Amino acid sequence: MPDSLLSRSAESLFWLARYVERAENLARILGVNETFSRDSRGGQNWMSVLQLYGDEARFKALHGEASAEAILRFYVTDAGNPTSIVSSVRAARDNARALRPLISNEMWTQINVLHNRMGALGDDALAAGNRARLFGQVKEACQTHIGVTEGTFYRGQGWYFCRMGRYIERADQTTRLLDIKYHLLLPDPADVGSPLDVSQWNALLRSAAGYQAFRQLHPEGITPARVAGFLLLDGRFPRSVALCVREAGELLEALRSRHGLRGGTGAAEELDRLRSLLGTLSVAEILERGLHEFLDMLQVQLIAVTEDLAGTFFGHQAQSQSQSQSGPSGSQSQSQSQSGSGFEWWPPLPPLPPAQS
Amino acid sequence: MANPVLDDYDPGTFWCEMSRGGATQQVRDRLAALPLDELTRRAAHADAELRDLGITFTVYSERDAADRVLPFDCIPRVLSAEDWARIEAGVCQRVAALNHLLHDIYHEQKILADGVIPPDLILGNANYRPIMRGVDLPHRTYVNVCGTDIVRDAAGGFMVLEDNARTPSGVGYVVENRHMMMRAFPDMLDGVALRPVADYGARLLQALREVAPPPAADPQVVLLSPGPYNSAYFEHVFLAREMGVPLVEGRDLVVEDDRVWMRTTGGLARVEVIYRRIDDDFLDPEAFRADSGLGVPGLMRSYRAGKVALANAVGTGVADDKAVYAYMPRAIRYYLDQDPILPNVETHICREPDALRFTLDHLEELVVKPVGEAGGYGITVGPRASKRELEECRARLLADPANYISQPCLSLSVVPTLVEGRVEPRHVDLRPFAVTGEKTWVLPGGLTRVALRRGSLIVNSSQGGGSKDTWVLA
Repeated sequence: MPDSLLSRSAESLFWLARYVERAENLARILGVNETFSRDSRGGQNWMSVLQLYGDEARFKALHGEASAEAILRFYVTDAGNPTSIVSSVRAARDNARALRPLISNEMWTQINVLHNRMGALGDDALAAGNRARLFGQVKEACQTHIGVTEGTFYRGQGWYFCRMGRYIERADQTTRLLDIKYHLLLPDPADVGSPLDVSQWNALLRSAAGYQAFRQLHPEGITPARVAGFLLLDGRFPRSVALCVREAGELLEALRSRHGLRGGTGAAEELDRLRSLLGTLSVAEILERGLHEFLDMLQVQLIAVTEDLAGTFFGHQAQSQSQSQSGPSGSQSQSQSQSGSGFEWWPPLPPLPPAQS
Repeated sequence: MANPVLDDYDPGTFWCEMSRGGATQQVRDRLAALPLDELTRRAAHADAELRDLGITFTVYSERDAADRVLPFDCIPRVLSAEDWARIEAGVCQRVAALNHLLHDIYHEQKILADGVIPPDLILGNANYRPIMRGVDLPHRTYVNVCGTDIVRDAAGGFMVLEDNARTPSGVGYVVENRHMMMRAFPDMLDGVALRPVADYGARLLQALREVAPPPAADPQVVLLSPGPYNSAYFEHVFLAREMGVPLVEGRDLVVEDDRVWMRTTGGLARVEVIYRRIDDDFLDPEAFRADSGLGVPGLMRSYRAGKVALANAVGTGVADDKAVYAYMPRAIRYYLDQDPILPNVETHICREPDALRFTLDHLEELVVKPVGEAGGYGITVGPRASKRELEECRARLLADPANYISQPCLSLSVVPTLVEGRVEPRHVDLRPFAVTGEKTWVLPGGLTRVALRRGSLIVNSSQGGGSKDTWVLA
């Protein structure tokens, strides 16, 4: 097999993985919110998800008052919202479709079935008794995708780009997951350590599938600092930022050394810098500087990595920040916390071709 | 033996491919062993599976995009080895004549000078490409992939209805339909020896490599698609996958130094052969439509310089024009000195005054077709048309006679078809696919399209058609 890969295919693989990871994490975040956004009076706060993604203004313009139902629809079944689960799955599937000559049949069929299933969801899927189940199914389907990919995808260049996309997206999403609790749901100082607070941290860990591992590491109990340290710095936890950054760096290095790709130096240095930062900072130092600021910094650096990859390997000219954060088959910037520029479609759609005989 | 599937089936006066065609008693027995409800149940599974596998074409409207499955009918269309031998020989002959014709009209134009085809029919044709004059192609192959539409009349004779020499589509369904049969109806295939269809991709790749510009020892082949918005995108994906070649779009290619390159992660990589599924008009904005965003600027320069092969060649559209079609039997005699193995359907070329008069006088008996359209659009079927439709057709004919041909309304053959839980006769045609590099190879069978609406003769997917697996008995 010749070891050459179309730039567009490399980009599609990178974004296929990112969209799947994004759908999974959105399902995780919605699932977490379902569980732990209840305040002490038992009310649910879905606004926090809008805040997390910087979508308040866009949502308000489209739907006005924020009800739980409207927000859930917006993030799950609304095909008109490019950041919904349905849209992420659609974007993943459209990338997979263009990649069918490269990826295995199993990879394609699995994502296509998920896409068909999501497209067929009715409103009752979001009813209070059903949505936890739905989030679980989405999560599981996304994990199945990863498993099928690991088990069937030929390990040429494409496999590396695919995995790089997954780890970069996962790192980014973990920073967001942490932010939702630490920044947006910051309890009154008086509530810190209260039963409600502890149960929220528990839920956060569960949503990142880190509960059991954390328990073993910290039998003495949950504190915000320990959870933040675990999700950011623990190099053995598969969803930690440290592990994701390390993996992405190693994948890029393999592409450069084993597959002889030139360039990507900027991205490699960026990842290296992040790795050493995450390897040397203690969680106390991070908290002292401000966790939210640190998470923001990580998100910005990950965007810079993607930009460098796009410029070097995906054949892009210099892109604006918001454009570089959405892939082929279109989604949105997830970096509103910095750019605040809303979302943009990319790439432009080609004109309709002529009918063929 | 009682046959629950075929007992109530009555093809009437039509030629039935199952009872009179190639199907053997063995095939009919296999079918008989399946109760109707079982057939229906499995057909529903097959439909769901087509959706899961994404064997769909997308219909875009202004508002949204809908993925449709080309309806698959599970009762196969069967061709005997003898019938197939005749079709295969006829298709090879036809393709040979098409390639001779195309080489001639872009070089010496002997057939025009000898008065066999009216020069203005060729030279004045919108699909004639002067840019191709004097361009020499490897093996003089213009039509690397040809889809020949064949019908069978009430007497069981095969006739060519149309040549598709530009970018014929449908072969993806041929292969996928067989896969579907093997998964969903293994018992129907049990012990029936069939000619395989699975090697189409390998054959196509081989033919494409044969027309690579010298001296490429290991030529890079790519498939050039207009992209996901094309209704045949599934097939582009399918063929790229079956050949193991990159599926590219215009923006992935660049012409530098008169050579074609693709953009890869490691930089520019040379491309030697392009199986293009883009019409001539959109190939190269420098040579054709300047507003085309689908093509590759400079592609024609590289092509004319012999640095890249395009399949099919540019300018083949003139040969599958419905008016030129009428002259194909004469072209076969002229170039090959043979009688046509597969006759044409009798065709009246309305640009000729006598033919126009005949057409206008017999409008209610004839099928009138615009010469430049594909996909079954613009056709008036006289016996089925309302008075008003006939008058509109008459007006169009009088306004622009050269744009039309007419043909007798054929009694197309039928195949038992599962329709709403019953088995009824439905009309079919056949599109075999011929692949030509140095020599011509014909995929055994081809696409059987079936008109699912009762009484309909139009099999195009855009007009309510479906498809069947086509069995060529070994």
